[in-house]
Amino acid sequence: MSRLNLDRDKIESCRQVGRHITLQIQDFIDRHTTVSIERATLRFFGLEDAIKSMPIVNLIVDRLPKEKLELGIARWFGRALVHHRASSPLSLALRIADGKINMEETPDVPYEKVDQALQPLVMAGLRRLDAARERKEKLLTQYDRSERPLKYLIVATGNIHDDVDQAKAAVEQGADCIAVIRSTAQSLIDYVPHGATTEGFGGTYATQENFKIMRKALDEVGKEVGRYIRLVNYSSGLCMAEIAVTGAFENLDFLLNDAMYGILFRDINMKRTFTDQYFSRLVIARAGITINTGEDNYLTTAESYRAFPQVLASQFINEQFGLQANLREEQMGLGHAFEMDPTIEDSFLYEIAQAEMVREIFWKSPVKYMPPTRHMTGDIFFGHVLGTMFNLIGVTTRQEIQLLGMPTEAIHNPFLQDRFISMKCANYMFNAARHLGDEIHWSPNGKVIRRARAMLEETHTLLKKVERLGLMNAIEQGTFANMVRFIEGGRGLDGVIKKDKTYYNPVWKALEKRLPTADEQELIALRAESPLAVGHSEESEAGQEEGIVRPHQGRSRRRPRSRRRFGGPRGGGSQGGGKPDVPTTGS
Amino acid sequence: MSQQPDLKRLKPYGDHFEDGGVQLSFTLPVPYSDEAKEAARLYAEKMGLDRVQVSSMEKMGEKFCFFVVYGFSKLTIDFEKVVVPKIEIPKLTHKEIEELAEKKLGRRVVVIGGTTGSDAHTVGIDAILSIKGLAGDKGLESYSSFEVHNLRAQVDNKVLVEKATQLKAEAILVSQLVTQQDQHLTNLKELLKLLKQAKSDALRIVGGPRMTHKIAKEIGFDAGFGAGTRPSEVASFIVHELMRRKHGSPKKGHHLSPSGEAPKDRLEGGSAGASSKKGRSLFGWIGGGRKDS
Repeated sequence: MSRLNLDRDKIESCRQVGRHITLQIQDFIDRHTTVSIERATLRFFGLEDAIKSMPIVNLIVDRLPKEKLELGIARWFGRALVHHRASSPLSLALRIADGKINMEETPDVPYEKVDQALQPLVMAGLRRLDAARERKEKLLTQYDRSERPLKYLIVATGNIHDDVDQAKAAVEQGADCIAVIRSTAQSLIDYVPHGATTEGFGGTYATQENFKIMRKALDEVGKEVGRYIRLVNYSSGLCMAEIAVTGAFENLDFLLNDAMYGILFRDINMKRTFTDQYFSRLVIARAGITINTGEDNYLTTAESYRAFPQVLASQFINEQFGLQANLREEQMGLGHAFEMDPTIEDSFLYEIAQAEMVREIFWKSPVKYMPPTRHMTGDIFFGHVLGTMFNLIGVTTRQEIQLLGMPTEAIHNPFLQDRFISMKCANYMFNAARHLGDEIHWSPNGKVIRRARAMLEETHTLLKKVERLGLMNAIEQGTFANMVRFIEGGRGLDGVIKKDKTYYNPVWKALEKRLPTADEQELIALRAESPLAVGHSEESEAGQEEGIVRPHQGRSRRRPRSRRRFGGPRGGGSQGGGKPDVPTTGS
Repeated sequence: MSQQPDLKRLKPYGDHFEDGGVQLSFTLPVPYSDEAKEAARLYAEKMGLDRVQVSSMEKMGEKFCFFVVYGFSKLTIDFEKVVVPKIEIPKLTHKEIEELAEKKLGRRVVVIGGTTGSDAHTVGIDAILSIKGLAGDKGLESYSSFEVHNLRAQVDNKVLVEKATQLKAEAILVSQLVTQQDQHLTNLKELLKLLKQAKSDALRIVGGPRMTHKIAKEIGFDAGFGAGTRPSEVASFIVHELMRRKHGSPKKGHHLSPSGEAPKDRLEGGSAGASSKKGRSLFGWIGGGRKDS
């Protein structure tokens, strides 16, 4: 039984509408590429160097006039690779970057030869992604002794070496996930900075070297404390696609990655963002990374009491975009937040209703719950009380990831001791109220259930409106977060390129092929033996793909309220109509 | 009769007058030990505290110790000498502001606003500008005396200045969240520079949760508003400041001080402080009465 007794048909309908909304956009995405995707493609080939701190992938892509990119950078680079018989892709790349080789003037060679030359590089890249995924799976099996919710803390000194010190201290205090917040406005830089960095504004630059340094540090401290520590960074902004590749190669666990965040909050052009998010998620899906979406941000610009349907609607949209990019629901850490005005009578009940319904609707998603920020005033004592209530709801409603709130929010970057106080509070609440959720049943027609019902209804109406308008037009009308963004406006539009009929990108093509992961294969085997197998017969009608992507049994922990609460997604599962879960685009 | 504080020698009130009781917490980057605790106590003594009590010492990882400390300060402050620059404007109702603007200005005032640079937090600017306003105090959009253009989040300084020039804005409102490393100050100063280049004489108003009038004046803005500011306060300021500029003499604005007192040395930082030396020496574009239209 659902604890909130939500209307299952309504939820299904939301998913279907979400799917229609995103398929319209997918049609646009499939016909376009971006400079970031082209650079990410080169990074996938292992081109990670920089000349005078400018990445060679930028130098190479910038060598071509934009209209030439219609064919794909791989075509031009591959042609040069064949023609010049370079000793290695890197030596060729360096020569292109400094202008010694002109890709445009290199004579064309047959497509087969180009593909033949590049396939080993594609395979090597895929092996790196697979290795990253397998590493995570292995370490999580060995070391994942963390209780849920996972405790997520942020460090942001600007200096990666200081970040390491603070991250280690945070882990020793109990953190399970460490996010290295990025330097202010890195999302607006159209290249990924290079090397270890010691200066940043309000955060530390995301660079491949910084990823490496922090990964190593977290592995070390994780061993000491006997827990696997998840490393978090941001695949967002103008270099969304590139950070996905870089982060995947450096064994990051979570990437903040949202289909609309950049549009709404960073004023990045929507065509750019939609296209970038697709490619980035293909990479993320293959590397076994979990995305964290940014719906919590909506509630910082709009009041939670009224705007919550926007959060839910966006989660349905993010989910469908994710499925189209081969992400499994277990890889989608959908975001929401405790941001309601604390002076509203029964605000705590409404917050519970919202947190619970997100948990129930996206029950396979490692949902990420974000702390109060909007109503933090600098009164650390009251702020600490708000944080405590937030933690109580987090554990009661079984959120998967809890970003710990800071009593000093709105004052400064947290002091070391602010994290400590916050952690102590979370440790206490999570332990003291560990099974509170199991004991609670909501009054069938009480405030909590009525609130949830109303929110679902409004979300459905909102999604229908977005479907009618089309997502891009809806954003133009300020449907989300009260932000108005224009289809032709924002940053990065000049980096969006319409693909030619003969566009060539062997990386993209390879990533679109959805392989069952080892995890899923194991589950297929498990399923055959499972006593629960009966419960799956109906969904198997939806086709093999459908069956493969529902590995809930592997997640025994924290999933006591199994699919039976909803009777499981019926028929075509999330999508309805018996359509396969994952579009086999590309092939 | 209950005891009154000695304003000449003001001290914190812990449990009774003049005990000087304070609480503080801090971290020392040393491992947990008796020596760490003693160091914390000695440090608090050096901060001017008597009878220091380290009420809590906790191990914070291997290399750090966290302390909660209570003590009784020896220091005092002369309250009567405390001066805070304030915007001296009368608190008027929506209707009073509208009437005043119609009578004295006789035109719709173009107001433009947004958050600038990388700042995406529109809560503040929306509270001031949007019809909804804050806590029942309706925003500037609801006034017939204002023509409001809310450019919302992350407006490029250049764009803001271009728009302001194009729309002939008489007041520019920027909302800025105070960030690390004084990023916000750099950004605000850049805006002022651009406005100067564009020869704009619009009122420059900045708001933000940690903004004060003092900080705003120091950077070179005409006014700064902090957390909890009501839209009507901003509206009243705009109307009065424009009236003052229209009629020249900076003094005129000042008998409007709500307290009714002569503003004394507060004038320096008050709205008449638009002619403050600091502002002038920094950017040179501020000057009471310079603008007459």
